[in-house]
Amino acid sequence: MDLHLLDAEPIAEERDAIDQLLGSEAGGWTGGERTATDHHSAAGGHAARDQRHLLLPALRALQLRVGWISEGGLNYICERLTIPPADAYGVATFYALLSTTPRPPRVVHVCDDIACRTRGADRLCDELEKNVGKSGWLRSPCLGLCEQAPAAFLTEAGPEPVELLFGGATAASVARVLAGDHAPAKLPHLPLPQAGSLDLGLLRRIGIVDPSSFEDYRAHDGYKSLAKAAHLGPEGVRKEVTDARLAGRGGAAFPTGRKWDAVAQQAETERYIIANADESEPGTFKDRVVMEGDPFSVIEAMTIAGYATGAEKGYIYLRGEYPLARERLQHAIEEARSNGMLGESVHGLGVKFDIELRVGAGAYICGEETAIFNSIEGYRGEPRNKPPFPVEAGLFGKPTVVNNVETLINVLEILRVGGAKYAETGSGVSTGPRLFCLSGSVQRPGVYEVAHGTSLRDLIALAGGVAGGRELRAVLLGGAAGGFIRPEEIDMPLTFEATRAAGSTLGSGVVMLFDDQVDLVDILRRIAAFFRDESCGQCVPCRVGTVRQEEALHRILAGKPKGGMATERALLEEIGLAMKDASICGLGQTAYGAVESAIKRLGLFEQAAAS
Amino acid sequence: MFGAGGGTTSYREVEETDVIFLWGANARENHPIFFHHVLKALHRGAKLFAVDPRRTASAQWADDWLGLHVGTDIALAHAMARVIIHAGLANEEFIRRATTGYEEYRQEVEQFPLDVAERITGVPAEVIERAALTYARAGRAVICWTLGITEHHNGTDNVFALINLSLLTGHMGRYGSGLSPLRGQNNVQGGGDMGAIPNRLVGFQDWTTDADVRQRFERAWNTTLKPEYGKNLSEMFEAMEHGEIRAVYAIGENPARSEADQGRAERLIRGLDHLVVQDIFLTRTAELATVVLPASASWCEAEGTVTNSERRVQRVRKALDPPFDARDDMWIIAEIAQRLGYDWGHPTAEELWNELRTLAPMFAGMSYERLEKEGGLQWPCYDENHPGELFLHSRLWAEPRGGPPAPFMAVKHEMPVEMPDDEYPFQLTTGRRLDSYNTGVQSSGYTSPLRRGESVDMSPEDVARLGFADGERVRISSRRGSVTAPVRIDHSLRPGLVFMTFHFQDDVRTNLLTIDATDPKSGTAEFKACAVRIDPVEATVTASIA
Repeated sequence: MDLHLLDAEPIAEERDAIDQLLGSEAGGWTGGERTATDHHSAAGGHAARDQRHLLLPALRALQLRVGWISEGGLNYICERLTIPPADAYGVATFYALLSTTPRPPRVVHVCDDIACRTRGADRLCDELEKNVGKSGWLRSPCLGLCEQAPAAFLTEAGPEPVELLFGGATAASVARVLAGDHAPAKLPHLPLPQAGSLDLGLLRRIGIVDPSSFEDYRAHDGYKSLAKAAHLGPEGVRKEVTDARLAGRGGAAFPTGRKWDAVAQQAETERYIIANADESEPGTFKDRVVMEGDPFSVIEAMTIAGYATGAEKGYIYLRGEYPLARERLQHAIEEARSNGMLGESVHGLGVKFDIELRVGAGAYICGEETAIFNSIEGYRGEPRNKPPFPVEAGLFGKPTVVNNVETLINVLEILRVGGAKYAETGSGVSTGPRLFCLSGSVQRPGVYEVAHGTSLRDLIALAGGVAGGRELRAVLLGGAAGGFIRPEEIDMPLTFEATRAAGSTLGSGVVMLFDDQVDLVDILRRIAAFFRDESCGQCVPCRVGTVRQEEALHRILAGKPKGGMATERALLEEIGLAMKDASICGLGQTAYGAVESAIKRLGLFEQAAAS
Repeated sequence: MFGAGGGTTSYREVEETDVIFLWGANARENHPIFFHHVLKALHRGAKLFAVDPRRTASAQWADDWLGLHVGTDIALAHAMARVIIHAGLANEEFIRRATTGYEEYRQEVEQFPLDVAERITGVPAEVIERAALTYARAGRAVICWTLGITEHHNGTDNVFALINLSLLTGHMGRYGSGLSPLRGQNNVQGGGDMGAIPNRLVGFQDWTTDADVRQRFERAWNTTLKPEYGKNLSEMFEAMEHGEIRAVYAIGENPARSEADQGRAERLIRGLDHLVVQDIFLTRTAELATVVLPASASWCEAEGTVTNSERRVQRVRKALDPPFDARDDMWIIAEIAQRLGYDWGHPTAEELWNELRTLAPMFAGMSYERLEKEGGLQWPCYDENHPGELFLHSRLWAEPRGGPPAPFMAVKHEMPVEMPDDEYPFQLTTGRRLDSYNTGVQSSGYTSPLRRGESVDMSPEDVARLGFADGERVRISSRRGSVTAPVRIDHSLRPGLVFMTFHFQDDVRTNLLTIDATDPKSGTAEFKACAVRIDPVEATVTASIA
């Protein structure tokens, strides 16, 4: 914490942006005027260092106000929070939405990731380069609006910053937005394909309830599960969740009941709940749909989680590219608070619980459960080594439950129908309903809720089959961290067990279809580039492996294998194994999955060699 | 303290304590290894208070910085004591059983209510109060200090004022609670241990008051010991002034650069009949010597032991032969003895150590074998089965109490001898930086990316008021001398206070400015406070021409 501050001064707007966040009372030792008292005293120490968690919000405030993180602005943040600028710079450069070089105030991030590529994103980028030039817009990894591909994200810095995530982007609409016309970026998001269906559990309120109304949420069974929880008591709630055999929906499928029990049994009483809403797996957008359409359900579920595990504070860690979800969640938190459903004594439960919304700034890795801790605490979002596990030492070193948004809202269903009844759907650990994100070459893209065990074929049929009735070439299951499967494998039942047995994964519920017109080679290159770009660089297998993997793919797919195809395949296999075995976190461990499945299942190299 | 000059606590206890005071100690820069132990404590949740006129790198880590006026430590400590007593937090049980002089002390500190203390020290009353209450209420608390406490004309009284706080609260003689004077070198503690001080023999034994001690040493050394103390460094210079001392044998010391009021020091050294300097560098003092004896580097060219700030005696092993004609210090001393008519032979370091173990009970159990096997031992260690002591003075808590009680000392607050006035309006305080060491003898031969050379560091307010530019060369003058140095803006300073180091004596002879106001009890000069004026270099030139 030895402060070696920069000489650079903040401009008025930068100072104002930070003061609005941190309060205008800057002391003589924290960026304000020195007074006589400052000559003889200074508070600091733990109180100052405990503010570290405000670093990312402060950096975001600066970015949103002036469009980039200048030296002067960074220095002012560091003075206010007593963080060494070198350290804060390391954090600022970690996030893609933060820029430490000047950026124009208005920037459109255009998704060129896999789902959007099936809908012409690469053509869109080519046109933008031709018509708009290279400034004002940036290529972006998956923005989580795959059902409306191609997607784009506007950020406009200023006193009243604007952030808009929009779909159906064209070169013309992006150009209009860049010219200051927000209209094309304000198109409403597509409705839920299954909206109104009586079969729905998790999604039953979406499209029906007013997401900004506490009363309307209550009128649609809102807070009934919480009342049930109050009746059951903390242990009773955990028992229902355990009986339901609920498994995490973020990708790892860990038993939620066990996680909650572990936290509830810790001696340390300062505990946290984190809703992992950093939904960044390419092709995943289910949590966004839930948060935009039914934000109170997330609040209610977190409150129940806090009650069941003895945590008094919850954080929602939301990816920075979801402005509508942010707005609605923030509103829902405030509404819940003013209606006594959050705060010193939650109505009905009689315990303290409150929620804080934290917004990321463009980093896939921050969805990793321990990277979230570092990101919230104000450090680079690098995953931590385990053990210690989050249930023992998570956020701020305290016992922490990290649950995916979908996992959390399943708890409402479990309490609504009862754990045992819930577990009657599906089998094994694959119980209850499941959300799937259908995108790519599908007729009706969107989020679908089906029971575990539904076959992939039926799910695709539910979404209207392949777009335009064309021929299915491959399905990407589970996202970039998942793998491809062949059209003849789609009778596979969608359960954790069945997909695992078939050497695949449900992952985060991505079902991305590729028809015969999609350039799969191009998709694979994009996946490799994605992992190379999103590797946090902390551990060698992943940092080096993702680069070597991409290089090898480029050589092979360009028809210039080094030392022959067999040598390249062996090399890829070896890199993949090293990443899988030796990476600290899931990113490196799964970075070879899609490539491997493309080679082994789709025979992509043979095709590349043939073409 | 209470008879033996050493910190009462261990590094491990500092790591596991609840409250740490760094009082007149910028450990982040000057005791960086020790500060790592402090950091471990902070990461565990311990609170840190930094008492220092400057908001140093250490103070930046502190929960509270108490930016007192230079030399007002006693007033601050007394005010804290008064707060503690009035809050009913004095450890009366401990005071009754283990101390003396409490009533007199209580009356003395009663004169320092918070408003008076705030006026004297400058530190806001509520900060003093918070520091006092936090210290008194802590389960464990350690006070560390260094030269900010001792380099004053009343340095010993300053130390007493801190000891008083530990006695008042019972933060003494228990695991994790105590007092720790930080040592600035690997073996400052060892120097005292070995009797390289004028008033104690090895193991802090007083031969003037203890007949047993005297007989033991006289028998072992087959000699008669004069029944009076030797002279401390300041007294030696006084004796030189009077012509009483005419020859000096200086081993590993550079007084021509390290003494306050350097003009006087150098004049006295030059006036000696005979000066022998034994050193590994040709220091400025060595340049003035009649004879220079090139010695060995004790950390790599000699066998022996060192003692660190937690009283841990550790083995040092010889890795290299000294270069050229440089010789082992023990060899040189034995040869000189030989020439003076005493044949000591050439004992090995271990033989000397074993002789010492028979003379100083506190080292008796420390064989070389044990020191090596157990990674050093903390004194006292009375026999081969004694594990050494993690912390001192647990005897004060024993039932019945072991040894004599610990005395409160009702010391008086006094301002520094030379305060700023119209003619010399700034207060100069001196210290050290991370990248350099003392007079630069050991560090100036190496480059450091942090080192920026000497400067006079001033508050941004003063620099603006005087119209100086950052980096502008100015003249700094005291009643004793004058030097020039570039100005550097330093936010850790307040108006009226300026800071210099004594690292670059060949460029900027800072100790020409400092005052030789010496603490009669310790012999240490008031390096931390003197009055100076600061003028533009051009103006000075013009004035002298006129």
